[in-house]
Amino acid sequence: MFRGQDASCRPEAGRAPFAFRRDGARVVPITHGINQAEVAMASTEAGVRGPTRARIEGRTLRSDRWWLYPLTTFVVFTAFVVYATIRAFQGSHYYAAPYLSPFYSPCLGDCVEGSSDFGQPFGWWPLSAALIILIFPLGFRMTCYYYRKAYYRSFWLSPPACAVAEPHTKYTGETRLPLILNNLHRWFWYAAVLVALILTYDTVLTFRDADGDWGHMGLGTLVFLANIFLIWMYTLSCHSCRHAVGGRLRHFSKHPVRYRMWTWVSKQNAHHARYAWLSLFSVAIADLYVVLISSGVFDDPRFF
Amino acid sequence: MTSTGSDRHPMTGNEMSGSESGGMERHSYDVVVIGAGGAGLRAAIAAHDAGARTAIVCKSLLGKAHTVMAEGGIAASMGNVYPEDGWEVHFRDTMRGGKMLNNWRMAQLHAQEAPERVQELEDWGALFDRTPDGLISQRDFGGHRYARLAHVGDRTGLEMIRTLQQRAVALGIDVFMECTVTELLKDPSTGSGRAGAISGAFAYWRETGRFVVFEAPSVILATGGIGKSFKVTSNSWEYTGDGHALALRAGASLINMEFVQFHPTGMVWPPSVKGLLVTESVRGDGGILRNSEGKRFMFDYIPEFFRSETADTEEEADRWYDDKKNNRRPPELLPRDEVARAINSEIKAGRGSPHGGIFLDIASRRDPEFIRRRLPSMYHQFKELADVDITAEPMEIGPTCHYVMGGVEVDADTELSGVTGLYAVGECSGGMHGSNRLGGNSLSDLLVFGRRAGESAASYAAGLRDARAVVDEGHVKAAQADALAPFDPSSGSGPAGATENTENPYTIQSDLQNSMNDLVGIIRTAEELTRSLAEIEKLKERAQHLLVEGHRQYNPGWHLALDLRNMLVVSESIARAALERQESRGGHTRDDFPGPDDTWGTKNLVVRLDSTGTGIELTEQPLPVMPDELKTFFEAQ
Amino acid sequence: MGYDLKMRIWRGDVDGGELGDYTVEVSEGEVVLDALHRVQATQAGDLAIRWNCKAGKCGSCSAEINGKPRLLCMTRLSDFEESETITVTPMRSFPVIRDLVTDVSYNYEKAKQLPAFAPPARDEDGKRRMAQMDVERGQEFRKCIECFLCQNTCHVVRDHEENKPAFAGPRFFLRYAELDMHPLDTHDRRELAQGAAGLGMCNITKCCTEVCPEGIKITDNAIIPMKERVVDRKYDPLVWLGSKIGLRTKDNDGRSEV
Repeated sequence: MFRGQDASCRPEAGRAPFAFRRDGARVVPITHGINQAEVAMASTEAGVRGPTRARIEGRTLRSDRWWLYPLTTFVVFTAFVVYATIRAFQGSHYYAAPYLSPFYSPCLGDCVEGSSDFGQPFGWWPLSAALIILIFPLGFRMTCYYYRKAYYRSFWLSPPACAVAEPHTKYTGETRLPLILNNLHRWFWYAAVLVALILTYDTVLTFRDADGDWGHMGLGTLVFLANIFLIWMYTLSCHSCRHAVGGRLRHFSKHPVRYRMWTWVSKQNAHHARYAWLSLFSVAIADLYVVLISSGVFDDPRFF
Repeated sequence: MTSTGSDRHPMTGNEMSGSESGGMERHSYDVVVIGAGGAGLRAAIAAHDAGARTAIVCKSLLGKAHTVMAEGGIAASMGNVYPEDGWEVHFRDTMRGGKMLNNWRMAQLHAQEAPERVQELEDWGALFDRTPDGLISQRDFGGHRYARLAHVGDRTGLEMIRTLQQRAVALGIDVFMECTVTELLKDPSTGSGRAGAISGAFAYWRETGRFVVFEAPSVILATGGIGKSFKVTSNSWEYTGDGHALALRAGASLINMEFVQFHPTGMVWPPSVKGLLVTESVRGDGGILRNSEGKRFMFDYIPEFFRSETADTEEEADRWYDDKKNNRRPPELLPRDEVARAINSEIKAGRGSPHGGIFLDIASRRDPEFIRRRLPSMYHQFKELADVDITAEPMEIGPTCHYVMGGVEVDADTELSGVTGLYAVGECSGGMHGSNRLGGNSLSDLLVFGRRAGESAASYAAGLRDARAVVDEGHVKAAQADALAPFDPSSGSGPAGATENTENPYTIQSDLQNSMNDLVGIIRTAEELTRSLAEIEKLKERAQHLLVEGHRQYNPGWHLALDLRNMLVVSESIARAALERQESRGGHTRDDFPGPDDTWGTKNLVVRLDSTGTGIELTEQPLPVMPDELKTFFEAQ
Repeated sequence: MGYDLKMRIWRGDVDGGELGDYTVEVSEGEVVLDALHRVQATQAGDLAIRWNCKAGKCGSCSAEINGKPRLLCMTRLSDFEESETITVTPMRSFPVIRDLVTDVSYNYEKAKQLPAFAPPARDEDGKRRMAQMDVERGQEFRKCIECFLCQNTCHVVRDHEENKPAFAGPRFFLRYAELDMHPLDTHDRRELAQGAAGLGMCNITKCCTEVCPEGIKITDNAIIPMKERVVDRKYDPLVWLGSKIGLRTKDNDGRSEV
């Protein structure tokens, strides 16, 4: 008896081009016409432990420290969110002439004297003035392509890391509310450019002294300069920016200037994640600096 | 997408008739193409366009064929960079590269039709590198007078196969992936007009081990080469000479089997990638060869035949890259056979690199940015596999078995072999490249003759109407028994009768690769070739007693056992032809006959299966004579 | 320089299987595929592996090594400690056929659903003209060797079998992007990418980019630009306003939706 013909060679129906389908008795078809029974089955033993996949128990066989990135991200972002929430609702210690905290700029509510460079159209607003404008930088970062990766991995574990099974049984991605709103990233980018311009103006103002005289500089000026630099780099390295300046074109050759801009933005875009982190720290540090000065923990060291 | 309850395949509409006639799956087509590399895909597209019901049957997944390994480019005299280029010059270069042993008609058709075949790829979505005015850019390569190779960085083969693959999918051509043909079927009837004509092919699914019969009056072989019979090779596992062997067993003939091209630059270290190709573009873009003494040695190896067109000083050679009109080519860009032999001599003379190669240096000649842009795959390959940064240090390289010029003897215009209904194209066909192929001519060969084969196969099938050759059930049963033999532990069919089968296919393959490499390699002698034939006889005997473990489902041991038959018969053909040709020419170098011999320059060696079916027989055949108007191209210089 | 490498290799088929222990001699400069081939030649002749070029160019030998999706031929043993046990399993997103071989027909079916390149007529002289800078983006995507590691890693289908019909996966987003950025293509593919291909399912967690052996920036250069192009088409206030008042880019002229 030929071994090739014994029971170990399964009696399967032949396979047609492009597909490896078999007849129904033993194996379920994989990509087509999935029936309810199979879906139900998938809900208990889904994904990598589904019925057609190689039977391997572990949700992942990765042996490296894949959990480090999501864990770090989770801790740092959570810390920032806690800090930012407290600060946003605090409604005080946001201005120490000439420094206006970036969390409160532009200060459009009932702000302390000297802090409202653009008037107080929301003077009636009963809560902290930060809450009026915070939606813009917050929205920009929430819909940012990098932050999306970061929070989907770290907070939603979808997936926690590559080739590590996620805990959810259903997944629809960004096709429905609320996550479909991430498509509005560009709207927030438009706003973020405005916010960055205003913060630039604030930074220019830090070249004054506490009395409003120009031509002075303190440690805070450096903090603000570093912050605005990182804010701009983060804003300009944005994927939507890259698209707007030239990425949307099909013929770079007909738009040489836009091609040059796109090339520059593309280069910065490769570091978008780094700028996202650095600007997150810098904005918190700038704010904290204002808190410390205005609450008198120490005096702003003046250079001249 | 939803097709439950139907046996028809959702994409191709094919019927999966596994239950029919004893579980044997059957398909009927007008044209069956074996192989899904550049030649097979182009042939299938042409056959489909000509209205034939066409199937592609391939050993691997679609898009994985060896064509992806081609790096340099597609030779075509489009004149985008040098307007003075034309098919006549390309034709001349090809013939000279092949040491005038080419089938002149094939070389002519090839040179004439290549530009349009390349342009066609662009219609189907290929993205070639561009010239400043937006045309397809062309690069320099060994043996080509003008910069002529349409390319995409150093991954032209990938671009080509992807383009053809996407075209074939868009046209809806049926593809049978991971399905290996083991036998061609012929009409057994005597007396009828169809006697002895091709009627189909017998194959097995690699996935399940089940058998399948294709009924088709036209079969196109596009199975590629034979390199896997050698130990150091740039070829993938698929290159087991299936097409060569199928054609022989079907009664067709092979020509030029003694000519095997050893590419001068293959990796030599680490051992696991020994033989892996380093593209000729490295030299086309400025790379040079040095020995362990730091000497640029190619100047010592310029043959008389090419002396008038090759630079004899480093200064002239270096000027050539920028000013091709007033300078002659660097000797590094001589045809591959010349360069490979030179490297071999340097290594043998003890001037090799630490790992037994010589140095290919582009790092000291071009800036890193240029190297990374022009040779991204090479950069990647050395970085990942050898931990060598080619922008900072030289590569160590040595000759590697790369291509077989020999193959199925076909009619130049139609690619029809000696068997009615059987066509061959690409590396598994012979004649086009003579005794040595120029770099870049293989990809254009696939396209030009792929299309021609597809069209003639389709038109032959259409002309038959209902008078098709029929499949002989006895033949199918025999093919099935042959295919299952390696599972049989005892009933060896050797001369000693029933014996126990114990031979491991991997061991036999490894022994064959070693003896081909050592005895039928780049430099050959009568004594070694005779020994190789004796070795092959022994291996053939051992192959009668193969035993594979496991069952038929995706069993690589079994697959190798079946491929081994092909490798053995092809190896024997090469060794026999190499022993017979007592001269050195192109890809065939005899230490005992070091120069070319004019009497051998007018004949081809033809290989057929002998009457017992287990050995081969060799005959001489005069080379087709070139018409006078083409001869004039060779007089000018 | 040789040493004995300990390996765990998944052996089995759709009915079940397990990690088998093997010890195999390996030497300097070898890759995981070399070690597997030696197992095959000396210990398990029927060990099923899919491979072709062994040079990282064909994308056949995709599998998971210590849980990470990688090419067997491009994973060097020197990346691991000599004492480390290397675990090799088949790709876990596709149905297993046998041992390390999986059924990747999902990808071929997705390829079939994608409308082909549709160029306009050639120039007068029978040639086509495109600027190098215009084809470079597409050329990056065409480096794809179709190893399907990105498809395998993508959690959208890896963890959710039921998404397969509606989701083309990173490899084909690459293809959509390539064609949408092609200077000559006459199809506007944005609607299709969002609808039929399921671009919206992608939550840009970048695993496709992480595993790509060709180093293609799948997420940054293909998926996100495609998402932005879809936004142009569907969600951007300025683009909408611009088109209302006749201010628009002429860059998309000559294209129509399929």
